[in-house]
Amino acid sequence: MTTATVTVENLVVTYDEFKALDDVSIDVAPGESFGLVGESGSGKSTLLRAVAGLAPVTSGKIRVHDRVLTGNRRDKAFYRDVQMVFQDPYGSLHPRQTIDRQLLEPLAIHGVADGERRILKALDEVGLGSGFRFRYPHQLSGGQRQRIAIARALILEPSILLLDEPTSALDASVQAEVLNLLEQVRRDRKLTFIMVSHDLGVVTHMCDRLAVMQNGRVVERLSSADLVAGRIGEEYTRNLMIASKGFQRKGAAA
Amino acid sequence: MKPLLTVDDLKVSFPTRTGLIEAVRGVSFTLGRERLGIVGESGSGKSQTGRAIMGLTPAHAQVTAKTLSFEGIDLLSASPRVRRDLRGKRIAMILQDPKYSLNPVMSIGRQIVETLKRHESVSRSEARERALDMLAAVQIRDPKRVYDLYPHEVSGGMGQRAMIAMMLVAGPELLIADEPTSALDVTVQLEVLSILDKLVADRGMGLIFVSHDLRLVSSFCDRVIVMYAGKIVEELAASDLANARHPYTQGLLNCMPAIGSDRHPLPVLDRKPEWAL
Repeated sequence: MTTATVTVENLVVTYDEFKALDDVSIDVAPGESFGLVGESGSGKSTLLRAVAGLAPVTSGKIRVHDRVLTGNRRDKAFYRDVQMVFQDPYGSLHPRQTIDRQLLEPLAIHGVADGERRILKALDEVGLGSGFRFRYPHQLSGGQRQRIAIARALILEPSILLLDEPTSALDASVQAEVLNLLEQVRRDRKLTFIMVSHDLGVVTHMCDRLAVMQNGRVVERLSSADLVAGRIGEEYTRNLMIASKGFQRKGAAA
Repeated sequence: MKPLLTVDDLKVSFPTRTGLIEAVRGVSFTLGRERLGIVGESGSGKSQTGRAIMGLTPAHAQVTAKTLSFEGIDLLSASPRVRRDLRGKRIAMILQDPKYSLNPVMSIGRQIVETLKRHESVSRSEARERALDMLAAVQIRDPKRVYDLYPHEVSGGMGQRAMIAMMLVAGPELLIADEPTSALDVTVQLEVLSILDKLVADRGMGLIFVSHDLRLVSSFCDRVIVMYAGKIVEELAASDLANARHPYTQGLLNCMPAIGSDRHPLPVLDRKPEWAL
């Protein structure tokens, strides 16, 4: 049965001696939004990067749309189908290039003709008017920059979006706007999301199912509904859950 | 009871090529030995308020206030020498990210001792003893080992604990914590907060907790000030947060995705120009 859009089987990623991912398997159904949760160093971002071909895969299998991907080589067709949005919009946009040029770049690489129309459409779709087109990143706020990063990912009309902590560098109020935008484009374009976050609130809001990671392994797979209802199997997940509820003074919690 | 800190009509502005940027526009509050939270988005002036009290505003900025006094000392007219003596000894500040706020070429122990030696005349062995005690107080398991480590050799949570140790070793009366846990993992955040909470309570310090996370601040502090565009829009008791009246405060509370609340799309802030008046 290979109905899954993205399948990862027994994936191992090692940096020198260090095993960043140790025998990790996930499968993501078409049109699904899948979450990866864990603390720093748990390997959640590495898993995302391995799918995109940005991490040294030692063994295991990655399959996207029934195509088995080996090593770190990905062809153009792959990147046209799978795009990534990174955590820090300050670091992922070129500081000396206008928004127009950054949005044009993927189109130029893939030889897409109607650049003009696509750029205007992409800007419109992320809620920024054409007035932003010839600005530089430093002239935008953090939320606006992340919108540009999302526009850049969407401009090739991919079917899978890899999201690496897309809102953790943003203010809470701006985070809500960006999350709403992501949900909107997923609905409109029937996209598949794989989303990494350390915030359980964000992941349960955005995703149908999630995997909890710790020390390079998946410790638990569960649905958001299970998590909300407290049907949790692992102690570690429970700890994350308690942590996400916020600070409680000892003794005060009665 | 005489307040520890009195701030009346504090203004901080930065002259730039394109005109005067007013970061803080008339903030007033008093602080006793209590925990006060200052909340707002980026650019609301919350950090600049903290920095002005600490005396860390850049030299080209203009700081004015009707009153800015700490225990009867007028901070604005105080000489740089008086302010240096206050800073670290009686008013201390914890910054956001230990990666940037610790000195990378000095061991953690030496940085703690440096604070101590600046403000008290202590012998070398006594300074070391007190630094080790302080490291133990922030629940670092092996203080002797950590004493000789450099900041890059410890984790973020450990670095932030070392930072707290450094700030509290001279026994300040007022602690300003500027987003002390935003750079840390959720699980580590709670540990660091409970350490900070215990130390502040045990030593009876006044605390100003600056953060963008309204829920976190309200669970940690007694009183919360909400800032928008350089002004205080609402001040309320933390326990009273559910009854917040200003639409901005309500917006900040509502926009967080919480586990178990199914709201699609999330409510977003509808910023009204009159809030910034």
